[in-house]
Amino acid sequence: MSLLEVQDLKVHFETDDGVVRAVDGASFSVDRGQTLGIVGESGCGKSVANMTILGLTRSPITSISGRILLDGRDVLEASPDEIQAIRGQEIAMIFQDPLTSLHPFYKVGKQLVEAIQVHKDVSKQAARDRSIELLGLVGIPDPERRMNAYPHEFSGGMRQRVMIAMALVNDPKILIADEPTTALDVTIQAQILRLIQRLQEQLGMAVILITHDLGVVADVADYINVMYAGRIVEAGTLDEIFYDPQHPYTWGLLGSLARPDRPRTLRLSQIQGQPPSLLAPPQGCHFRPRCPYEFDKCPQTPGLEPRSGTPGHLDRCWLPPDKKRSLRVVEGEQIGLEVPAA
Amino acid sequence: MLRYIVRRVLWGIALLVLASAVIFVIFYVFPSADPAKLRAGRQANPAVIASIREQLGLSDPLWEQFLRYLTQVFTPFDLFGAAEHGGTGPFNFGRSFGSNAPVKDIILDRLPATALLVAGAVFFWLLMGLPTGIISAIKRRSLLDRATMVTSLALISAPVFWLGLVALYLFASDVGKIHIFPGIGSYLEADTFWARCWSLFLPWLVLAAATAAIYARYLRSSMIDVMSEDYIRTARAKGVGEGSVIMRHGIRSAITPIVTLLGLDVGLLLAGNAILTESVFNIPGIGHEIVVAINRSNLPVIQGIVLFGAFFIVTFNLIVDIAYAYLDPRVRYR
Amino acid sequence: MTDTGVSTDAGRSLESESGLLEIRDLVKHFPIKSGVIIDREVGRVRAVDGVTLTVKEGETLGLVGESGCGKSTLCRTVLQLIPPTSGSVRFEGEELVGKRGRALRPLRREMQMIFQDPYASLNPRQRVGEIIGTPLRIHGLASGDGLKRQVNELLERVGLGPEHYNRFPHEFSGGQRQRIGIARALALRPKLIVADEPVSALDVSIQAQIINLLEDLQDDFKLTYIFVAHDLGVIRHVSDRIAVMYLGKIVEVGPAEEVYSNPIHPYTLTLLSALPIPDPKANAARHPIVPEGDLPSPANPPQACRFHTRCPYATEICSQEEPALLHYGNDHWAACHHPLHREHPEAVAEALPELKREPARVRG
Repeated sequence: MSLLEVQDLKVHFETDDGVVRAVDGASFSVDRGQTLGIVGESGCGKSVANMTILGLTRSPITSISGRILLDGRDVLEASPDEIQAIRGQEIAMIFQDPLTSLHPFYKVGKQLVEAIQVHKDVSKQAARDRSIELLGLVGIPDPERRMNAYPHEFSGGMRQRVMIAMALVNDPKILIADEPTTALDVTIQAQILRLIQRLQEQLGMAVILITHDLGVVADVADYINVMYAGRIVEAGTLDEIFYDPQHPYTWGLLGSLARPDRPRTLRLSQIQGQPPSLLAPPQGCHFRPRCPYEFDKCPQTPGLEPRSGTPGHLDRCWLPPDKKRSLRVVEGEQIGLEVPAA
Repeated sequence: MLRYIVRRVLWGIALLVLASAVIFVIFYVFPSADPAKLRAGRQANPAVIASIREQLGLSDPLWEQFLRYLTQVFTPFDLFGAAEHGGTGPFNFGRSFGSNAPVKDIILDRLPATALLVAGAVFFWLLMGLPTGIISAIKRRSLLDRATMVTSLALISAPVFWLGLVALYLFASDVGKIHIFPGIGSYLEADTFWARCWSLFLPWLVLAAATAAIYARYLRSSMIDVMSEDYIRTARAKGVGEGSVIMRHGIRSAITPIVTLLGLDVGLLLAGNAILTESVFNIPGIGHEIVVAINRSNLPVIQGIVLFGAFFIVTFNLIVDIAYAYLDPRVRYR
Repeated sequence: MTDTGVSTDAGRSLESESGLLEIRDLVKHFPIKSGVIIDREVGRVRAVDGVTLTVKEGETLGLVGESGCGKSTLCRTVLQLIPPTSGSVRFEGEELVGKRGRALRPLRREMQMIFQDPYASLNPRQRVGEIIGTPLRIHGLASGDGLKRQVNELLERVGLGPEHYNRFPHEFSGGQRQRIGIARALALRPKLIVADEPVSALDVSIQAQIINLLEDLQDDFKLTYIFVAHDLGVIRHVSDRIAVMYLGKIVEVGPAEEVYSNPIHPYTLTLLSALPIPDPKANAARHPIVPEGDLPSPANPPQACRFHTRCPYATEICSQEEPALLHYGNDHWAACHHPLHREHPEAVAEALPELKREPARVRG
């Protein structure tokens, strides 16, 4: 049994305009020492699903169903006190923008110490020592002095390191990183990804990396789940997703990337249309309106099942596997949905 | 930080000098009446007026009169004829036309009443307004929230003198329906400090009412903004309990604009903004005094109070700016 | 080639190139003021610190660099949206620097800008028709029905429709808003469009749509683009030539394919190798160059070669003498004392092995 198992998670929000089905039946899991990459564009539900693991989406307007099993216990059934004990201790989360994610009025040291003292009954000095240790671990120079600095006195990359340090003070089993590098420059991004990888090797935790950037997951993930409109539409290992993708949305994502390592194409393969409204998603497969290969079975919701022959490789597309393989290559070796006439 | 303070203090002094100039111009360059005539009062024959004119130094060039005024207010030196025309300073604002008492003494005499009124009012409006604002923000859209917002709207809209009169009508021990609190003029009769406080109870509540309402609304909207910030989400994700999230993370951020507001409000009130309350309840404070002085065209008193008021406002502005830099570390390093 | 790497056409200098837009030694410094009573200038943010570039008619010049490198400031300064500190910008031979108001207006028609944030760059109180039509009205090019017709044509051209004429920006998605921004930029039929990170704020699948749109429009409207982005993949796709900026200076400029397959400046190599590519095997085969530490502040840039504090190949001369932009053949220029292709060719091969290898085969 995996360390974390999300089973058929649904998160719906009651708004004045109707019910927003932010997450509409997502299932995924992750184990110790593994990195799971959840890839999708804005609005696909990846952030909501992961925030729900920590109970951060609980509110009067939210209705949540499904199961989230942490070491066998259903987190959705947890009491507020139990959830509080999990947050920052068993599961830790870091977010996209490190400038706004740290409290601007408190010194960094104070915020780190707080992260320790809400969970453990230790002296302030012990908490400070542990914080300095972590700051050093994440590569912040002169950590003892930097404990007394304010967040705005750090650069973007350093701030994100501070966030990572804060997340790891209590040795969590799982680190959820929600777009940790999107707000950073590409060279800093590389540094942060290396750091997360190194820390994972050292500490043995599971990592869930949420991103919209397929390049980022290609660098660090072991498994990938592709999310679209509230559902996981494809799940597999790194190689399976990149070299044998089974879902048309995945093809569209891969094809629409301008890749510096390939010869230039005349046009980028694009996905027509726009992501669907989560208030009234299409009947059946959510990708139907944008899929060039829609056929009569698509109004039936496809389940997330292994159709390609490899048992771990799941997808939600009714197309037969051999047809998929022939459809997805559009120009030479390029994967995509279609290259419109130039 | 130190450089910031020094800079602000220097600017404050410059501002006061500028305020003095403006006040001077208003009263001496565009007088609505001849100060000498006003000073003479009822014995207004030309000879008396002429001698008063000489005494006040009104025939001297304006710039000299202004510098003399500045010298008398700010310095102890005898420059520009300070000693002959009114005496040397510092804090020499001249003498009242009516009683010939030094204006400085009049102001200092009146100040305690206003200060006590303001202190009590501040206490009550913070006590009433802040928790209301915070709770309304946390329990948004609840019945409590809506009720407080409507009530606050009513309190803000009601003119303070109306509120004062209604309060007296209902609760004054002498004329009110329910005899609880002391009525008009009770401050003047009070001899001990506690008696004075008791006499100010109704005025405190009346003065605090509208301001509490404003602060409640302001804090509510500030809290709502703050609670949707990313760092609140981080605090929750760390496992901080909701209570601490609100207190240590939420309120700490939301309170900073309130601090600014508070400083400005206190400065203004000490400068005489409590006029209406003091008039309705007949409290011998600065606001009351300036009303009387205006009615009697008592120039030196008016001038003195206005300048004093400018001082309070500038000072409290400065305090508030320093406090803000203390509260928000991002502001400190310009 | 000689020892200093100057090519056989030794007389060639950047200044002698001609084109639609000629930028010469453009400088934009922002003063940092501080003081007790009077503000004195205590430092300067050297956002753009001597940039010389030529943009040829009909081409797309890609401008790439990380935050703080000055690319956005360069865009705004070139278009005279902020006045330069010094330097010259000539558009079709006419000097722009120093011109104000009325004199600048007819030139403004020829140069337009598309902005990064589709949520902030459209006035939320104006309807779409008004947003696109205002430039036409201001320049007296159309009015009334004629105006409406032109706006509707533009809407169609960018993939929207006349039914969108009366809507407000908040009713549209990010990609659609960017289309509106593009229509607005096209309204005056400019010759030059500066696109400042036009797709960075958009989702990947929408990015492709907008990039394709921009390319189509370039052919139809005979446009010249300056395309600013931090995504190197996008830059390579759209650009004919690429300029790499670091801390206010151009460190390398040349044809797109050249710069990508044969980078000369180490900074360019770090950018290229830091960009993860969506191909796991290729990523795994790389030995990327990751520069040390953080970007220095543009208020206090390092001496001589700005990159020397983070460059793995820096030597003493790099901290003493500022390298000039030299020509290395094929219209490829770089400012470095230790050009990679001569001194560290193996570094390129190690950091970017995918350049030499076959793209991974897809099962199919």
